[in-house]
Amino acid sequence: MPEKEIDNRFSKFGTVSFASLTHVNDFIDYLDKGKVMGTRCKDCGQYFFPPRADCYACLASNMEWFEVTGAGELISYSTLRYAPAGFAEDLPYTIALLDYNDYKVFGRIDSSIPVEELSVGMKMTTVASKTANGQLIYVFRKP
Amino acid sequence: MSKVGIIGVGQSVFCRRYPGSLRELVFEGYKEVMEGERITNSDIDATIVCSAPEYDKQRSPAGVIAEYLGLNPQPTFYIESLCSSSSTGARLAYSLVKSGLHDVVMVIGFQIMSQITSAESQERMGRGADIQWESPFGTMMPAYYAMHARAHMVRYGTTLEDLALIRVKAATYGQLNEKAVYRRPVALEMFNDPENFISGTVASPLRGGDCCANADGSSCVIIASEEKAKALCEKPVWILGLGAASAPVNMAARDQLTGLTAGIEAGKQAYKMAGMTPKHIDIAEVHDCFTIAEIMAYENLGFAEPGSGRELIRAKETYKEGSIPVNVDGGLLSKGHPIGATGGSQIRTIVKQLRGEAKDIQVKDPAIGLVHNIGGVGLYGNVTILGRE
Repeated sequence: MPEKEIDNRFSKFGTVSFASLTHVNDFIDYLDKGKVMGTRCKDCGQYFFPPRADCYACLASNMEWFEVTGAGELISYSTLRYAPAGFAEDLPYTIALLDYNDYKVFGRIDSSIPVEELSVGMKMTTVASKTANGQLIYVFRKP
Repeated sequence: MSKVGIIGVGQSVFCRRYPGSLRELVFEGYKEVMEGERITNSDIDATIVCSAPEYDKQRSPAGVIAEYLGLNPQPTFYIESLCSSSSTGARLAYSLVKSGLHDVVMVIGFQIMSQITSAESQERMGRGADIQWESPFGTMMPAYYAMHARAHMVRYGTTLEDLALIRVKAATYGQLNEKAVYRRPVALEMFNDPENFISGTVASPLRGGDCCANADGSSCVIIASEEKAKALCEKPVWILGLGAASAPVNMAARDQLTGLTAGIEAGKQAYKMAGMTPKHIDIAEVHDCFTIAEIMAYENLGFAEPGSGRELIRAKETYKEGSIPVNVDGGLLSKGHPIGATGGSQIRTIVKQLRGEAKDIQVKDPAIGLVHNIGGVGLYGNVTILGRE
């Protein structure tokens, strides 16, 4: 008997992934197809980003996927000049938080956008992308 | 209601690269306590050992530490809440004593950070956040706090100069603290000197001078029942209020970035338990891992209204002679931040102040002090109120 294949799709997420097994592994397949997805509890309607498999309010795992579309508001950002181990080749890069009202999205600003063009409160979109080392990721761009 | 007191405090010198092993580093903080008091090991009923994991090779450090300090066969165990580990240890010691299970509990905090590189250390700290959804973007502590700083600056008009003034104050007192890792002065002009590391951006808008220094260090606090405290100690300091809270790890789950909700909630609990308001506090130690963190702490603890923390530092109200002296031991910024040792070191500073034993940095006759210790990026918050009476 061949060993059961391990579903470690999440190891494709980010420059360095620190997790590989999760119940929301389909996030990776969506990302590969160009879609950034969160989950929504079918019982209580709560939106979750990042996506989660379980709702603590309903004690249920009755989730549906929704796509992060449209523009969110840039709450804050920081450009790193120094990186943790494993990320030095990405420098400089900018991490940021977008507010979509029903949920927020933490991620990176697209490296093609000059930092001078960023300002808190501006609208940005969340777009599937690839890292320099070929991993899957999402980035924030101007609409 | 019987009280719970602190009957001894100590810490090692906080240094860049401790030339010894973990157990030897811990011995230094322990030695300061035991030399200064008439307590012996037979008075200690249990030890709680606190640090952030994965910085050194020793697994389950409580065992080797209890052995080295001669504290067998008393029970010992390890706990962690990242940078607030040893104030969590103090909270736990309080509950062990208050429950009557033990009369005297020693809380040991330590961290050896120099056995790994700075980049590895940032990676460890980054993994104190959400490893599934945040760490893959290359996060690290200065960048998270930098996002808080930018949000605060945009919303309230806090400036880079305000942040620099926090560091200038920290360095003013770090120079006077023989146990501080950074003992040089910092002038405002250094933040404008491109040749100086203090002005160099680490994670915008935070610069080198806005960040605390990694350090090796240990701390030791002994907590006792009222009866034992009075029997063993001339000048016990009493634990009047305790607060502890948590906040979502992932920034995406947080309501706002202009303050730390775990610190706010812990503060409210501690004030309520002590029956006090911010006006009662004569001196405070706050978690200034970054300059912005101190300004947020002023506001989160009620020393200033939200958005007006900068006015306190501009008016020098948080200097030794001001209305609410804060971090007059140099703070994490200049004293250094050996993660697991920090809470115990903050408690040590306040206990010495309340006992009138703080020498060069002694504030005039303080009766009530507050310790604010944060773990992770506002992930865990502990606030402890201490008093002479």
